[in-house]
Amino acid sequence: MTINKIPIGPFHPLLEEAEYFELKVDGETVVDIDMEIGWMHRGHEFISEMKTFTQSIYLVERICGICSTSHPLACVHAIEDIDNIEIPIRARYIRTLVGELERIHSHLLWLGLAGHFIGYDTLWMWVWKYREPVLQMFEIISGNRNHYGMMRVGGVAKDVDPVSIPDLKKNLDMLDKKMVMVANVVRDDPVLRSRLKGVGVLSHDDAVAYCATGPTSRASGVPWDVRRDEPTDAYDLVDFEVIVLQNGDVYDKMVLRVLEVIESVKIIRQCLEKLKTVQGSILNNVKEISPGEGIGIYEAPRGEVFHYIRSDGTNRPIRHKVRAPSFVNIPTYTVSCKGIPVADALITLASVDPCYCCTERSLKVVNKENDPCSIDLLKISREKTERIRREINGSK
Amino acid sequence: MGWYNKRLAKSLWVFHVSGSPCNNCDIEILDLITPAFDVERFGLKLVGSVRHADVILLTGMLNQKIAPRIQRIYRQAPKPIFVVGVGTCVSSGCVFKDSYNISHDRDIIPIDLYIPGCPPKPEAMIAGVAKLIGVLNG
Repeated sequence: MTINKIPIGPFHPLLEEAEYFELKVDGETVVDIDMEIGWMHRGHEFISEMKTFTQSIYLVERICGICSTSHPLACVHAIEDIDNIEIPIRARYIRTLVGELERIHSHLLWLGLAGHFIGYDTLWMWVWKYREPVLQMFEIISGNRNHYGMMRVGGVAKDVDPVSIPDLKKNLDMLDKKMVMVANVVRDDPVLRSRLKGVGVLSHDDAVAYCATGPTSRASGVPWDVRRDEPTDAYDLVDFEVIVLQNGDVYDKMVLRVLEVIESVKIIRQCLEKLKTVQGSILNNVKEISPGEGIGIYEAPRGEVFHYIRSDGTNRPIRHKVRAPSFVNIPTYTVSCKGIPVADALITLASVDPCYCCTERSLKVVNKENDPCSIDLLKISREKTERIRREINGSK
Repeated sequence: MGWYNKRLAKSLWVFHVSGSPCNNCDIEILDLITPAFDVERFGLKLVGSVRHADVILLTGMLNQKIAPRIQRIYRQAPKPIFVVGVGTCVSSGCVFKDSYNISHDRDIIPIDLYIPGCPPKPEAMIAGVAKLIGVLNG
């Protein structure tokens, strides 16, 4: 058996971001996969410690352009967790509205790219055309197509203008109709079905063992969704279903995302209805953050995003830790890619909707025996004293 | 090279390079070639290899790991090649300019045209590219 290596990346026409994979193949079959990350590392956690709390919200927004609501939301949840800050009810609805719009935009983006990866460019062009109204809705709500800058500690930055609600609803109606059509296309199309069914299977046990989150785990039958199980914002005030499929292959991941888009449209409709009646302020004025630590989670389009913030009572965090969902989803490649043909490798890699910008925070694997951090400080301090004493004694 | 540039401007082939960005400029670039904006009407086409390209679209702040690779890509490109820096990161560093992992060498890749914005709107990108075509036409 000769094993050949196929390098993919760091600049590959099908990878949007710079990333390096090494497929080890025996003939046509993938036997192992190796990956190298670090091409996107920008030192967010370090920069965040130099910024104030409000500034760091804008910073974490730029961790990833596609999750630019999820990271700020998890960040403000973490800051609010330190002081148990109350959020006005209208702000909670607006947060949910923006979060769900982002889910639609991210899932549609993935669906289009997945179509592109398997050579189905029609799907790509169609889906991205239908994604455009979502970006217009963002522009109506926040003034920008991406990077919305909506989140603040204690509320949101901008209110949704009641005048714009009919416009938003009109866009939503159009989107809803098209999404039902896309869902039917994805389920009925014989090419998509035979191309993706049974490809890159991630079993239920593997999904649990690798701690996969989001659509990756829900397509494998793990019914975990932060929105339902640990509700924040307005998720406990709206009705929606958590979609769980059982097969764990690429086809199920695709169907699951389309169905989630339809659920998100439902949530947005409820939020818009409530925004007509629920009045009040959108921002609690937060003067200072007391010392302590807080944890914020949010169900990003790719899974559970986690932020940890420690404050010492000043206006800036002294530690800010980010763990993005792709960080745990990407290692599932090692099981889902094994034994598949090379032609299926790329769509399997893409199936977890990997976001390398989110993932590339620093990770240190500690080897306790050689690690300089675990050296006994008292011991080296005594040794230094001993050395100096010997030098002084020697010079005398 | 006036006559050469003029012929190039009829159909610029574009290679997209992401140098540690936040992805946002990249998805807006991909948005450009989908039906809503459709830059193929200007003859622009996204190609898979830099060896076929006339224009490099560069996004993001270059970090220390990716900078040598970007330099290598620039050297592989057939000349003349025009480099368009998309987004605030390329021009000023955006929020990342204080980071420890950023390459401060400004000579890695010479940039001909900046399109600022975080991210720039697709209309701004089209305006930038149209300006480039105008310059090439003389």
